[in-house]
Amino acid sequence: MSIQAREENLTLDGLHETYSVHLDKFEGPLDLLLHLIKKNELDIYDIPIAVITQQYLDYIKLMKELNLEVAGDFLLMASTLLHIKSRLLLPLDEEEEGVDEELDPRTELIQRLLEYQQYKEAGRVLESRALLGREVFTRSCPEPLLLEAQSDEGPLELELFDLVDAFRSLLARIPAESFHDVAAAETLSIADCINEILSLLQEQDMLHFDDMVRDDMTRERVIVTFLAVLELCRLKLIRIFQGGHQGSIWFVPAVAREQTSEVQVLDLDSNK
Amino acid sequence: MPLASIIESIVFAADSPLSLDRMCEMLHEFEREDIKTALAELGRFHEGRSGGFQLVEVSGGWQFRTSPVYQEYVTRHIKTKSIKFSSSALETLAIVAYRQPVTRTEIEYLRGVDCGGVLKTLLEKKLVRILGKKDIPGRPLIYGTSKEFLEIFGLKDLKGLPTLKEIQALDEAPHFEQQDELPLGN
Repeated sequence: MSIQAREENLTLDGLHETYSVHLDKFEGPLDLLLHLIKKNELDIYDIPIAVITQQYLDYIKLMKELNLEVAGDFLLMASTLLHIKSRLLLPLDEEEEGVDEELDPRTELIQRLLEYQQYKEAGRVLESRALLGREVFTRSCPEPLLLEAQSDEGPLELELFDLVDAFRSLLARIPAESFHDVAAAETLSIADCINEILSLLQEQDMLHFDDMVRDDMTRERVIVTFLAVLELCRLKLIRIFQGGHQGSIWFVPAVAREQTSEVQVLDLDSNK
Repeated sequence: MPLASIIESIVFAADSPLSLDRMCEMLHEFEREDIKTALAELGRFHEGRSGGFQLVEVSGGWQFRTSPVYQEYVTRHIKTKSIKFSSSALETLAIVAYRQPVTRTEIEYLRGVDCGGVLKTLLEKKLVRILGKKDIPGRPLIYGTSKEFLEIFGLKDLKGLPTLKEIQALDEAPHFEQQDELPLGN
């Protein structure tokens, strides 16, 4: 089979391998199948499995000859194709015939191909829109001004990723311990830490992420605190905010002041 | 002071799309209906003016955006990190956009390939976000598109996405007019 090189702009990852041969770069087995169907001008609703399977296997062979890594996904599809082919060859069981007469073994594959084609096209349609930062622009605030404005504006809602980032940067600041630690005498439980945070939040409205681990900067402490914060979030007892992009992270109680004592009781129960 | 001008000033100064709710909150001395009318009026005004920028409804709010036709000139001044999407990123994004909430397994079934890397990139670019966990064995994460997705792709909301039917029709549309066979003149 002939393989013409498709001009493929390497994008997002921008990987350029020194001696790579550029074949048609397919996004996956479905993409390859669609390509073969289009190239042979076949009817997608009535795929000649024998032809397609042969061409598909030829392509995989070629990939191997060129020392390209053949992803498992391609092999899985090859086996699916062979399976369909064998089912088409075998006569149906007498009993089965009545029930599954209309069930073509190709149905599922065709369905997947059609769906895949649709999303591939949808992706192209999305890409052809006038994109912000490419065709379309907004007025841009200069960065420092923007940051200042945001911190005045008050807290921003925070994504889980930001929290994980904050946690990671905190962990990076912990000095590496150079000695062996025999099992610590006292271990900190998440429940204790949760109670600590809650009682601190009773005294003050807002709590800073860094403050909670300042006195006791150990890996254990930071991890337990982080887990406690996540748990509190899950129980909807606190809310997490960030003051501006890359700003510090704050916690506030999710409930009104009066209810805090109630929360405390609730939490003690869960400690058991 | 005309309400339309008040709104224009607020939207102009804002650094992100401003929702109708937020405007009503700020302009509590005006009726919601009046604000709506003024917004529509303002939109028509900018449209009729055919200027360099338009009032656009995007990601559930209103924002001034330059018209795409002036892209070439705007980019002479503004340095853009060239936005480019690989086809795998686009496919994955399309699946997340149309099928959300969706799990990684579902995406991988539809694409027939591993999507871990692509999903991670989309998450980092904030086009996709984690909506939560699905209540099935293994509690897999479920993904959806973000506010930034709507902003970047200039969509009012998810309903603003072209329907898959429309996309299919686009694909099937004949490239030339069909004409009946002409009788051979003898």
